[in-house]
Amino acid sequence: MKKLSSCVSRFMLLLCLGASVCGCATTKAHLPPEEPPMHSIEEFTDDENMLFVDDPWIGFNKNIYKFNYYADEKVILPVTRGYEFITPGFMQTGVSNFFNNIGEVKTLYNSLLQGKGGKSLNALGRFLTNSTVGIGGLFEVAKSMGMERKPEDFGQTLGVWGVGSGPYLVVPILGPNTVRSTTGFVADTGTRMAMVNAIDPLENAPEVETGLTALEFVDSRHQVKFRYHKSHYPFEYFMIRYLLMQQQEFQVMK
Amino acid sequence: MMSSETRKLSRRWLWSPILAMLLVLPAAGQAEEGSYGYPIPGSYAATILGTPEMLRIEKPDNLAMKVLVLDIYPEREKPELFYYDKGLVCNFAYQKNKAPLAFLIAGTGSDYDSDKLRFMTYGLYKAGYHVITLSSPTNPNFIVSASRDSVPGDLETDAADLYLVMEKAWERVKDDIEVSDFFLSGYSLGGTQAAYVAKLDDERKTFNFKKVVMINPAVNLYASVERIEALLDVIPGGSRKIGIFFSRMLDRFTEFYKKGDYVDINNQFLFDVYKSGLVSQEEAGGIIGLSFRIASAGMIFASDVMTNGGYVVPKNRILQVGDPLADYFRVCVRLSFIDYFDEYFFPYMQKKRPGITKDQLKEELGLKHIEGYLKENPKFGVMLNENDFIIDDADRAYLKQLFAGQTKIYPRGGHLGNLEFRQNMVDMVDLLQILESTGGENQ
Repeated sequence: MKKLSSCVSRFMLLLCLGASVCGCATTKAHLPPEEPPMHSIEEFTDDENMLFVDDPWIGFNKNIYKFNYYADEKVILPVTRGYEFITPGFMQTGVSNFFNNIGEVKTLYNSLLQGKGGKSLNALGRFLTNSTVGIGGLFEVAKSMGMERKPEDFGQTLGVWGVGSGPYLVVPILGPNTVRSTTGFVADTGTRMAMVNAIDPLENAPEVETGLTALEFVDSRHQVKFRYHKSHYPFEYFMIRYLLMQQQEFQVMK
Repeated sequence: MMSSETRKLSRRWLWSPILAMLLVLPAAGQAEEGSYGYPIPGSYAATILGTPEMLRIEKPDNLAMKVLVLDIYPEREKPELFYYDKGLVCNFAYQKNKAPLAFLIAGTGSDYDSDKLRFMTYGLYKAGYHVITLSSPTNPNFIVSASRDSVPGDLETDAADLYLVMEKAWERVKDDIEVSDFFLSGYSLGGTQAAYVAKLDDERKTFNFKKVVMINPAVNLYASVERIEALLDVIPGGSRKIGIFFSRMLDRFTEFYKKGDYVDINNQFLFDVYKSGLVSQEEAGGIIGLSFRIASAGMIFASDVMTNGGYVVPKNRILQVGDPLADYFRVCVRLSFIDYFDEYFFPYMQKKRPGITKDQLKEELGLKHIEGYLKENPKFGVMLNENDFIIDDADRAYLKQLFAGQTKIYPRGGHLGNLEFRQNMVDMVDLLQILESTGGENQ
């Protein structure tokens, strides 16, 4: 879940506290002593250490993962499903297009920061086309004109500049990240707030701003297909961690 | 991989849309090499790539589907590690009118929402069926929530577990839909299990299945497992070096991705990798073997935790949510299905049935064990690929003879690669219908 609204970050600290509470340990009483298993990792040291990812905060991360699962189940997904139920399909698409179009600004300045001329032009072209012909971004017309959406963010910019990904980090609500992508998210969110304040299109309507922020939050969950633990695979955390790192590496290449 | 194959493929690419149109009418009996429009000739390639998007069965526009969560054993205390497991999850697609209901069983490790089951649901829904999809008894959700022993592998026990799940699912939905008759299908391991479930149903008679279709089933589980495991023997260093194998494959894909103009890793990317000849025949087999191992790793671990079996997790250890599981994965993924059978499953079965031998057990894990029942029963149909590598030619001949007159045989498709091909889905519905007209009379 990328590009969440600014208000989310304000709640993060609070949520961190909440998450640490639900991660309390179970007692190990009443059980006989442990016995070594038939097979353990010592047998397989002659092969490569598969899918290794630097994850020094794993205990914290896994508990946040669990917290996110419950936040999704109890609050975010019910709200998202409610939105999907009451809103006609074409409107959902329009809403997604609208926020994705705003996201082109982020892609534009990050492409420039990375020195990628083609991508910058693509983002600019998309933004101008969709904002005008696409009526304020509600319709995706740029794609049919050969301008594919190729999102960039400041996390990727840092990667292109040679900053390492840093350890794996599961952020409350936001989900699987690295230190680098989290930093990028904070920077992009800050940049956007600064731009909005400078232009101030909604000066006299704070309610509209709040409503838009909420809508963007719901839309961003609506757009992400991932569901915590839907796979029921016991190693899901481990797999997602690896795939996320791999995906970020791939994104930085392009 | 195959420069000549690549050329053949690109030629078929040109033809495939035309062939697909011609083949909308179901061909009866044996499919002829020349008339079958599924485009990928290689067995491993077909298995990995499946069916190109434009040739796949499409999702029905009006599909009404919801998720069922079934609490099969309300008394069961699940380990805290599986905090997210709230019961067995199924998909339920329902028609507005009175309609037949089909239960579908997934293959090894797969769940109720696997792509293959989705495509089968689309095919059946378009033909007017209600559908309930079931995870494989080897899927971790099933092991934790629906398996009585939490040790998958015994066809009779797994069938009894599946049957109980079907009864509970039916209990849940029967007031909401009208059902004319019941049908059953499954792919791969799920196909083999479907035969056992049908046999059980003939005793219990809850559903009286009118027709049962098995798609690319294993004839004997142990034999199929050996054939799948053999795919890893040919990678450099053998199956104990799958970590190195994985890294090498990944490096190669990464290199290919860097050079090409790809935004995402999607089907197009995989097709291009295939066409580029980047992966050899042996390596494609290795990738399939590895993916089976990744599925079995989940099965082994979930079962071991549920039974406190001391196989890969220290006996009496209670794993916490925050504990790293990476090393357990790395151990499980290096254990073969054969290891599981010899070291875990067989000892478990010995305790359950003292005196049973390994050979006896191996023999029981297949269709021959219930051959008498299958032979005189016209309600079974089977879909086979001539180049499916989980069975050999003797198995194929056996299935053709056992289910004579109720078979659909395809010249290619590997293992399940052509399942979602439009013609195959039309044929599946066709097989179910033939059975409907004859099934009742012969009972």
